[in-house]
Amino acid sequence: MTTNGTVTGGAAVKDAPGADAPLVELRAAGKSYGNVRALHGVDLAVRPGRVTCVLGDNGAGKSTLIKIVSGLHQHTEGEFLVDGEPVRFSTPREALDRGIATVYQDLATVPLMPVWRNFFLGSELTKGPWPLRRLDIDRMKRTADEELRAMGIVLDDLEQPIGTLSGGQRQCVAIARAVHFGARVLILDEPTAALGVKQSGVVLKYIAAARDRGLGVIFITHNPHHAYMVGDHFSVLRLGTMELSAARSEITVEELTNHMAGGAELTALKHELAQVRGVDVEELPEGDAATPAAASTGRPVGEPAGRPAAGHTRKAVDET
Amino acid sequence: MSMTRATAPAASDPSPAPPASPAGGQDGRAAERSGLRRLMARPEVGALIAAIGVYVFFFAVAPPFREASSLSTVLYQASVMGIMTIPVALLMIGGEFDLSAGVAVTTSALTAAILSYQLTLNVWTGVIVALIASLAVGAFNGWLLMKTGLPSFLVTLGSFLILQGANLAVTKIFTGNVASDSISDMDGFDQAKSIFASEIGIGGVNFKITIFYWLVFAALATWLLLRTRFGNWIFAVGGNKDSARAVGVPVGLTKILLFMGVGLGAWFVGMHLLFSFNTVQSGEGVGNEFLYIIAAVIGGCLLTGGYGSAVGPVIGAFIFGMVSQGIVYANWNPDWFKAFLGVMLLLAALVNLWVRRQATRR
Repeated sequence: MTTNGTVTGGAAVKDAPGADAPLVELRAAGKSYGNVRALHGVDLAVRPGRVTCVLGDNGAGKSTLIKIVSGLHQHTEGEFLVDGEPVRFSTPREALDRGIATVYQDLATVPLMPVWRNFFLGSELTKGPWPLRRLDIDRMKRTADEELRAMGIVLDDLEQPIGTLSGGQRQCVAIARAVHFGARVLILDEPTAALGVKQSGVVLKYIAAARDRGLGVIFITHNPHHAYMVGDHFSVLRLGTMELSAARSEITVEELTNHMAGGAELTALKHELAQVRGVDVEELPEGDAATPAAASTGRPVGEPAGRPAAGHTRKAVDET
Repeated sequence: MSMTRATAPAASDPSPAPPASPAGGQDGRAAERSGLRRLMARPEVGALIAAIGVYVFFFAVAPPFREASSLSTVLYQASVMGIMTIPVALLMIGGEFDLSAGVAVTTSALTAAILSYQLTLNVWTGVIVALIASLAVGAFNGWLLMKTGLPSFLVTLGSFLILQGANLAVTKIFTGNVASDSISDMDGFDQAKSIFASEIGIGGVNFKITIFYWLVFAALATWLLLRTRFGNWIFAVGGNKDSARAVGVPVGLTKILLFMGVGLGAWFVGMHLLFSFNTVQSGEGVGNEFLYIIAAVIGGCLLTGGYGSAVGPVIGAFIFGMVSQGIVYANWNPDWFKAFLGVMLLLAALVNLWVRRQATRR
């Protein structure tokens, strides 16, 4: 049971040989809420300096997976290992103490407070003896600025309320904060979900920056394109089980998209749409494994095929 | 690290000189916030402008207002209210209300008066017991709030009614009257009076000691709010309770301590009233809780929490003092006081709303 982490189950083996031991590992892990099985038989390994992407539709079990790793819930089957030893967290604090930090969708920031106060909230630096113990504001501002710069975030005014930053920037501050407070594993819960194209790009850059600093990153998303841009390993969840687990070298973004969308269902959906809208089914790209690229545009499948994007897709598929 | 350095410049989003491109605003880069705008974003600026306006106004229309002794009266009026307004404002920044704050003052004074008189103790015993009782009321409010998750409006409305009823009933049980017995001839009275209710002469004008306490408390509260961990937590629990909890801020403890702070203020004002008048009317204090909240709001504290200062409520209380006394000095019908206060409140609320939009504008 307590063998060291290099002996990995199923999914993780496919990563580059000689990769360091996983920081966090799930082996056939699962979670049941009463008699509802939210997650079952999931294998996942997070290595330092790697981005592990977890993809899945709404309700696929992504949230449950995060909650287990971040210490909000406990797994009910399988194993959860940190640094090779089985663990069972009962509070997020315990996970945090083991270096597992979670950046939630709501980011855990206080909008009206200045950036630097948010950065150190709950872990403020102080100086002086007790009755006069006070915030070490200079040091906090300096440290916050350094950490943000190290992540490539340059803010001119750390006094501005964090609410004045864009969603992407706030996300980045939250990431930088987790990194500063000793996170070795960073769990990002749909960091790009509510963001525009440009802001998503910014966040992806910071995910890469965190990876380059040697952190293991779990990147939860339902956008395969975002995942493919930074990911080293991809796990697709579907109805609480692992549908796919593959290293970057083994999969293309088209295949990933198809897995993510669920190829067969997509075909069915396409036919339905065709009937509803009166679109010629022949005009639509095929939905099965042969031409998965259609869905990869992320646009409604019913879009007229004559558009440049679709045309391009087709060509790409032909080449495959 | 070297990798990071390499990434850093590339990752630095749009250039830090957004004024050139209008798109910069969309990126939330508030880099160009001018000094003036930052000043305007201070919570107490609106109140300061209003205070100057009110002062100039009464200075012009009411000649007696110009005398130094009038200033002493105005400041005294403001200080009695202002000492309570400070902890109420901190509580509001922490995202909660205390509707029992007004009657809690009376409860504290009655506790000290009745206990000392009935048991013929040194008044200091009563003072200490009153302190414990006041802190306990605050702790109870906070504890009930955290335990039940009910809004503080409801919880403290309950304790307001309980205290109001208990003040009257208990006083009648012991004195057969609606006021407590005079304690002016009891042991320790003079000493306590010198601490809670004496006067200090400066340049031939007597200033009540509460004025100095008021300013000292405001300075302490400002320090607490801006320079300590606890102050950081106050803003955090008021601004976003769930986020604060997620990063390890003890939300429950912070709120309970804030309610106890209100208890502390109530005790201090209660002691001042008791040693000024020797006796306490048990029905007093009702309605004052709103005045405290109004002064805090005029002073720039957000009703919704997470924003405000300790200086603002001082200015808010000063405006309150000026208006209530200025109307008298101007020989107007004092009945207009509340109407004037209402107008001030609405204006302050509008200014606050505008300030917040400015401060968080994308």
